Amino acid sequence: MGEMEQMKKEADGLKTQIEAARKAVADTTMSAASAAVAPAPRVQLKTRRTLKGHLAKIYAMHWATDSRLMVSASQDGKLLIWDSHSGNKINAVPLKSSWVMTCSYAPSGNLVASGGLDNMCTVYNLKTPVVKTVKELDAHTGYLACCRFLSDSEILTASGDTTCALWDIESGKQKTVFLNHVGDCMCLSLSPDMNTFISGACDSLAKLWDVRDGTCKQTFQGHTSDVNAISFFHNGNTVITGSDDCTCKMFDLRADQEVISYQDAQLNAGVTSLALSVSGRLMFAGYDDFNCNIWDTLKGEKVGVLSGHDNRVSCTGVPPDGMCVCTGSWDSFLKIWN
Amino acid sequence: MSGASNLVAMKKVVQQLRFEASINRVKVSQAAADLQQFCMQHALQDPLLTGLSSNTNPFRPQKLCSFL
Repeated sequence: MGEMEQMKKEADGLKTQIEAARKAVADTTMSAASAAVAPAPRVQLKTRRTLKGHLAKIYAMHWATDSRLMVSASQDGKLLIWDSHSGNKINAVPLKSSWVMTCSYAPSGNLVASGGLDNMCTVYNLKTPVVKTVKELDAHTGYLACCRFLSDSEILTASGDTTCALWDIESGKQKTVFLNHVGDCMCLSLSPDMNTFISGACDSLAKLWDVRDGTCKQTFQGHTSDVNAISFFHNGNTVITGSDDCTCKMFDLRADQEVISYQDAQLNAGVTSLALSVSGRLMFAGYDDFNCNIWDTLKGEKVGVLSGHDNRVSCTGVPPDGMCVCTGSWDSFLKIWN
Repeated sequence: MSGASNLVAMKKVVQQLRFEASINRVKVSQAAADLQQFCMQHALQDPLLTGLSSNTNPFRPQKLCSFL
């Protein structure tokens, strides 16, 4: 047998082994195990603020750690920094390229970053008298789909070139490149302890990575189309994904498998974004059908809906203090609900 | 030459699968129990779950101003 043949055989054998190992621990499902848990209350949230200011589709938003400020990115070529409590715009950052797809607020509140079809991640300093570009991180060969700061000196990116990367902002160089996806990387989420992160891609997989050594530790299958949204649960052991296949799924890292699927026969729209409430019990998922559905993460049931946008909900976010949920839309508005 | 690079790529696939096959897995019932406990423990500190009164809501409904 040729070497290639041998390796293919070994690969198939290993895949079967992994499936068997997963089945061996699948002694129940999340929803069956949660049957005795009291149902989450019916959630009815009201729009408390409608933030008007962008002139085109909003593609991304991210809360600052103070739970008050937030950054939003629109294809009108601007990042806007908002004070969510007053509804006022604090800053407007003009972008060199208007084809923005992602934005991020640094934990310190000093920096924000954005990127998109320019294949770059640009980092800006908000604390200088006039907002200044700190660095243009240029090495990806595909669009920038998502970026998240670890600190003022390091940032993670997910790209359409199928790689994720950890950058040193000061030098502008990639410290680590995460190679394993075979489709465009669309989203990423850092674990609470910041030692690992999870990525979702157009290969319909989610992958868990070690931030420091660059290894892919686990691969999660289940979706049948692009994984557009992903978030770590606050306990660090569970991950929720959202996909173009119209479902969201919960994967448990320690059981190494899908444990629940959030879907509805009447839901025919892809999931664009998702965010979790601080206890993790509620999941807010934005869809192409202009709504944001609220799911009970333990029971897998829909417990509410946020209707009000006149176009696709492209981004959602819950601030660290959990006081509200923000939705951003192609209708150019951001709404704050609680 | 593409034969050689296919071989290298395949070796990486096998290596990755060997690594992923070797991890220890926890029973789903255990994972579910831990997750439920986490949600319960934090439920009271979850404003979106418990609801907010006007006093505690930083986005409280804005009162209308009237001219006196």
